[in-house]
Amino acid sequence: MHETITETHSTAPSNKAVFSQLRRYFLYAFIAVGVLMFVLDYLASSVGSDTQEARAVDFETQSIAIAIAEEPPQLNSSLATDAVSGMVLGHIMEGLLRMGVDDQLEAGIAERWEVTPETATFWLRKDARWSDGEPITAKDFLFAWQTALDPDNASEYAFLLYAIKNAEAINQGNLPLTDLGVRIPDPHTLVVELERPVPFFDKMVVFPTFLPIRQDFYEATGGRFGADAKDLLYSGPFVMASWVHGSSLLLQKNPYYWDKDRIRLNEINVAYITSDVNARINFFKDERIAFTGLQAENLIDAMRQKWPIKRYQDGTVFFLEFNHREDRLSENLNFRRALQSVLDMEELVYKVTKLPGYRPGESLFPTFLMGVEKSFRQEYPATKIPVDYAQARAYLAQAKEELGLAEWPEFVLLCGDNPISNIQSEWVQGALKKHLGLTLKIDKQIFKQRLAKMTAGDFDLVLAGWGPDYNDPLTFGDLFASWNLNNRGRYASPEMDRLIAVAQNASTPQSRMEAFAGIQQLIIDDAVILPMYERGLTYVLHPKLKGVKRRVIGADTDFTNAYVER
Amino acid sequence: MTRYFLRRLAQGLLAVWFIATATFFGMHAVPGDPLSSDRATTEKIRANLESKYGLDKPLPAQYLIYMGNLVQGDFGISFTQENRSVNDIIRDHFPVSATLGILAVIFAGLGGILWGALTALFRNRLPDTIIMFLVILGISVPSFVVAALSQLMLVRLNDTVGMSVLPVGGWGSVAHMIVPALVLGLSTMAYLTRLMRSSMLEIVNADYIKTAHAKGLPAGQIFVNHQLRNAVLPVVTVLGPAIASITTGGFVVEIVFAIPGLGRYFVQAIQQLDYTVIMGTTIFYGAFLVFMVILVDLVYGLIDPRVRVE
Repeated sequence: MHETITETHSTAPSNKAVFSQLRRYFLYAFIAVGVLMFVLDYLASSVGSDTQEARAVDFETQSIAIAIAEEPPQLNSSLATDAVSGMVLGHIMEGLLRMGVDDQLEAGIAERWEVTPETATFWLRKDARWSDGEPITAKDFLFAWQTALDPDNASEYAFLLYAIKNAEAINQGNLPLTDLGVRIPDPHTLVVELERPVPFFDKMVVFPTFLPIRQDFYEATGGRFGADAKDLLYSGPFVMASWVHGSSLLLQKNPYYWDKDRIRLNEINVAYITSDVNARINFFKDERIAFTGLQAENLIDAMRQKWPIKRYQDGTVFFLEFNHREDRLSENLNFRRALQSVLDMEELVYKVTKLPGYRPGESLFPTFLMGVEKSFRQEYPATKIPVDYAQARAYLAQAKEELGLAEWPEFVLLCGDNPISNIQSEWVQGALKKHLGLTLKIDKQIFKQRLAKMTAGDFDLVLAGWGPDYNDPLTFGDLFASWNLNNRGRYASPEMDRLIAVAQNASTPQSRMEAFAGIQQLIIDDAVILPMYERGLTYVLHPKLKGVKRRVIGADTDFTNAYVER
Repeated sequence: MTRYFLRRLAQGLLAVWFIATATFFGMHAVPGDPLSSDRATTEKIRANLESKYGLDKPLPAQYLIYMGNLVQGDFGISFTQENRSVNDIIRDHFPVSATLGILAVIFAGLGGILWGALTALFRNRLPDTIIMFLVILGISVPSFVVAALSQLMLVRLNDTVGMSVLPVGGWGSVAHMIVPALVLGLSTMAYLTRLMRSSMLEIVNADYIKTAHAKGLPAGQIFVNHQLRNAVLPVVTVLGPAIASITTGGFVVEIVFAIPGLGRYFVQAIQQLDYTVIMGTTIFYGAFLVFMVILVDLVYGLIDPRVRVE
């Protein structure tokens, strides 16, 4: 290192001298960077939130920190449709009724209620208050429902209110808002006239679209209701103290909440917003958050960490839907039956996707739904179609003859563009090739484009799913009605429509459940869809955090009854 | 000089207009639209939504309206975050991306020059080989791998030390920025190292270096004042676009470290076909990129008198 000039590189400078120069040069640079960091630190604290304090759980202050996958897109309850907004709304808002920890309806703002075939009456408690101290009255519910039904607001979930008299006509713009079938005999009584008998109306009011909104506050926000923490008025156990977009939300106990003694947490700090599951698991490991979901690839890691892994089914059913439009080959019943006899959903769930908590699909109706007394699926088990390759080939040969085909053309399988869809669509493709010699072209599309293609009928088969909106089998049962816009495969049969009408209008639970059983059987007999699986989710909780409730309907995950153990 | 600048600016505006137009029509040509959702809506509701967002008009009319608003600086309202205007989204989140990006570029620039100079100094010897190996790694390993790995290492580090040395994610203080900025700047740093090395070696035998030696200047001075200053020119050239691409390309790092930057809105908007956010972020980033290129050309003249434009 000490030679100044070598023969080969006559111009090479002395390393030692160069080093001293470089050292000086970089010393200045690092001082400059240091100063810059100070400036940045100052700037950053003015644009972002300080999440450095996030601690998974704190016994002394009874506070917890969590992460969510995305910024809540819409906290205006009359317009909200997504799960993240629903989760946040479930903590900051309370409606007429709520779901308890035992999955039974509980009194909320309404202290008692009664549903008859003609009306549903709710008696509101007098001590229920908004977060500004004003009482919550029946008018606030009427205003919220009118807002959701106002065609100008174009709420996508307005259809949930159609059980109320004149609601549909109002939503279609055929009647004025004032014609809504809701009467307010006194400020604390709400009488809802029903369009038709809806025995489960009390279960429906748990949905965010039914949450109250106070008119004067709503109008004062000038169209920005729900846009920021200050643009919301709270009726639930928590208020939103701050909302830094894309970064964090801070929920604090609501001092005006009527049932505040039930609430043990003082603070829920939604400290991180990221869609990356692995990042959330890292936050969990670092004790920054108290709760996170897991994916299949994280399970081994989670077991190694000796975390107690919890699981539950979220009530979402995924299925292979056929295109029943007349110009499609998939309209042929024998063709559909051939596929029905070939695809072994147990193989898919247990050997291919291997995701914990997933249950092989047997029926359109998920297992959580209640029948007359026990679970619907216990009372009316779905018929199982055995896997039978010879039978499948016979069906297929018959279909070929009926359709007058010489060769089967290529079929299009539409699916989402995500790892799970990829595995599943390739499995279907492989099974049909192997056992039936059918060629499937996989058409991967991002969500909106898949929806557009489904609506346009641009597919033969599609990987689709459906989750519940309310706690009654009808939330699945009417999916394949000829009039249902969500029936994107356009299945139409008079028998299906008849059964759905019975399920909608019959007044005894027994006759309704029999109608649902008929729908379940018809879907299998007609191979309307092939149920693939019922989704399961796994998650981990901080060992000191207790009382967290996961649920299928309503705000999930629910921390309102949670507390931190010492 | 002013005329040159104005001409470049006009060209830049033309480029931005082209980006806007191409994005607008490309985006509308994609099947589906931002209004389609999981739950099908009735025709009436759909018509109302369309008229609310002006999607009921023919496409050329929509284009003219959009351009009219754009000239007035109005990017419209987001489809997915219905209460926020695109202007708000950019105003809230771009400073975060920019802060992170600038820090990353500084790390990349300093690191690139330092490592590049070192490799040139030790060419074909062990330090050179080691650094160049790391450079190849830095260029070829994608940022989501580096981001996830470094985050995992932070968790391990905090766990071993028993306290929070550096935060694993989030945003708010300079401690939150260091690791994400390093990760974000890594591939640029690697690229600059290579660039710096080759341009250093290129001029090591140049006449003016020989002259400097001949007239007896100390080696250190030659290295820094003659060799480094000339070798750094190509680095400055790529620095401008690098600032733009780092600032706009932080999507992965932003997701992994839960940083509220603009990058994730940029990418999510495309997945959700959020027309206004796609347009707003694309135009904003496009304009930013064009502006940075112009800026570099001007700065180039300051560093190297030979290319100064009259």
